[in-house]
Amino acid sequence: MSDVKTIATQRSAMNIPTGRLAVWWVLVSEIVIFGGILASYTMHRMAHADWAEQAAHTNMWIGAFNTFVLLTSSLFAVLAHQAAEKGNGKKASRLLWMTIGGGAVFLTVKSFEWTGEIRHGFTIQSSGFWSYYYTAAGVHAFHVIAGMCLMAWVAGTAAKNQELHRVENVGIYWHFVDIVWIFLFPLLYIAK
Amino acid sequence: MAEHTLEQAHAGAGHGHPKQSFFHKYLWSTDHKMIALQYTFTGMALAMIGAFMAYVFRMQLAFPGASVPGYGVVSPGEYNALVTNHGSIMIFWVAMPVLIAGFGNFLIPLMVGCDDMVFPRINRLSYQIFLLSALILLVSLFVPGGGFGGAWTAYPPLAAVAKYNLTPWGSILWLLAVALEFVAFLLGGINFITTAMNSRAPGMKAFDVPIVVWMIVVASLLFMASVGPLIAGAVMMMFDKTIGTGFFNPAKGGDPVLWQHLFWFFGHPEVYVVFLPAIGIVAEIITVFARKKMFGYKMVIYTTIATGVLSFFVWAHHQFVAGIDPRMANVFTVTTVLISIPVGEMLFVYIATLYGGSIRLATPMLWALAFIAEFLIGGVTGIYLGASGADIFFHDTYFVVAHFHYTFFPIAIIAVFAGLSYWFPKMFGRMMNDTLGKIHFWGTIIPFNFIFIPMFILGLAGEHRRIFDYTNFPELATPGLQALRITSTVALVVMLLFQFVFLINFIWSLRRGPKAGKNPWKANTLEWTTESPPPHGNWQEMPVVHRGPYEYSVPGHPTDYWPQNEPGEAHS
Repeated sequence: MSDVKTIATQRSAMNIPTGRLAVWWVLVSEIVIFGGILASYTMHRMAHADWAEQAAHTNMWIGAFNTFVLLTSSLFAVLAHQAAEKGNGKKASRLLWMTIGGGAVFLTVKSFEWTGEIRHGFTIQSSGFWSYYYTAAGVHAFHVIAGMCLMAWVAGTAAKNQELHRVENVGIYWHFVDIVWIFLFPLLYIAK
Repeated sequence: MAEHTLEQAHAGAGHGHPKQSFFHKYLWSTDHKMIALQYTFTGMALAMIGAFMAYVFRMQLAFPGASVPGYGVVSPGEYNALVTNHGSIMIFWVAMPVLIAGFGNFLIPLMVGCDDMVFPRINRLSYQIFLLSALILLVSLFVPGGGFGGAWTAYPPLAAVAKYNLTPWGSILWLLAVALEFVAFLLGGINFITTAMNSRAPGMKAFDVPIVVWMIVVASLLFMASVGPLIAGAVMMMFDKTIGTGFFNPAKGGDPVLWQHLFWFFGHPEVYVVFLPAIGIVAEIITVFARKKMFGYKMVIYTTIATGVLSFFVWAHHQFVAGIDPRMANVFTVTTVLISIPVGEMLFVYIATLYGGSIRLATPMLWALAFIAEFLIGGVTGIYLGASGADIFFHDTYFVVAHFHYTFFPIAIIAVFAGLSYWFPKMFGRMMNDTLGKIHFWGTIIPFNFIFIPMFILGLAGEHRRIFDYTNFPELATPGLQALRITSTVALVVMLLFQFVFLINFIWSLRRGPKAGKNPWKANTLEWTTESPPPHGNWQEMPVVHRGPYEYSVPGHPTDYWPQNEPGEAHS
């Protein structure tokens, strides 16, 4: 019984597919979560000139590499969407797995980066800057993991050529995760 | 119309629902009506706990140090925990689940004419997370150190440092419960907005949607757009408590006022998150019981949206004495006074709807009218507090307590009773007893005013909120002021006793009330066009909409109501 879709799910009074509409609302709620963290961080950063000196200890090149990795993975997500539009579920699934691979590289690099920083004594308790650094990037990393899990699930159904519209929806979410990083990278790494 | 026939086929199939086990029918259901009842009953159960807490601390204030019947002697720490959890429960675990989630779940699919929410399983998950959050909150009352005692606003450093609040476990569990509750309502809100936008019945345009649905949707949007910073703040506060960061700790370079901004950026829109569904319920009842078309339907919608937008620019009026820039206080005074314009406009529109109507004073209508009268007092006293100059004197006195209870009591209690007595026939298929309903109404409204009017006077006399025993304050321990405190407490006990009338009426009507039939109030909106209670799938044949929801007493039409699904030319 639970597999039967309700009439409500199948209607589209706004001419937007229900799933996509809901993903956009998820993003609205996510934007304000990250907005809250980043606005708090930016206000404090401007009030504390000494944070710039601490921010100088972050490694811009690692951050830049991770930006590149995430952007590339987003490209795969777009290609997966394109394949799904053409009805090629197998190809879409394969491309989604490549996107997941991008997320995995991102997280691996990040774990090495954090290990190094913690070894050098820059922990989450060290100062206001490092508290924000680990919290903001940590909440983002949590979203990366969530996105990877969702994509693995969607890739599974897409491989059977089912629910192909979900490929686009999970892609929208992944682009959002990517864009958050585009904000985090300059704020945490470049601004010195 | 291939889609249409598919819908009919499915509706037929949905009606022949197989018999389900107790577990699947009541606990694991994805049916929006069952989830609505789960939310409502959970909210009502927690309302009893919240009311009991109010009884205990009011007894302590009236008779300091005496043993409270049913509780015992109240220690200062317990007093703090009682006040904190009374506030938290009444807002997050009563007003939110009953008004938004309960009525939202029940009404949205029925009023827009579809069979369920767009994501039924996410809807079920939303309730389960909510239930988990409620259980965590209840557990937090019994851990070592007792329940959290840092007030429902949880200002740091008091709330963030266990050495100050003395409730190391209670404060962590409280924060976890609140955060989970937010997640539950985000999931629910996405469902509500998407359902109302996308799943309307064929023919139902945006301006054919009943006001209460509009208001629940705008409220869900407000919640969605305002709660994010507080979720971020909750993560930061949790790190402050557990792993020793210093986001809100000045000694570590943090800023306690930051929390106040994050909290009230959510906290003030939150007032409107619960206010809008409440006044939406009132709108439905007023038109039905005045047998008159809504005066200015579109104006109410625009006003709602204006209220929603403005509500994001008033939050710092909670912080006039928190050391914010005085120039900022001026700005927020202006925005705060501005927001009373759209809200006042709504009340005027409702009064204009009553004018010239043929009013029937049934129980739901009494509650709806009381909402307007009592909320007006709350709104007017809010202007005193919104003016930063006056607020410096009033801040943290009982004037504030009286003010926000004159807003929240109409919202969370009066409007809920209005809605429950109005939709009870649809929810359970039977009518409630009108005489008992009226006894309960007067037994609630009269004592309510006797509880809170004395608090206005006490506040003007300078009585500070967060004191558990006034006997050591010579200016506040005078017999006159103590008499006011006792008046307020006695009125509370009387009001609580009258709630048993409602409980008896509710349970008796569930079993013995006369059968309601499809449309006992002769109302227009779609939920009254199906059986009471609606079957699984809501309609045998999905409705098609021909006109707006408030076509009452249309000249030339044979009856004084004209349901939205009846074919025929619209007179506009």
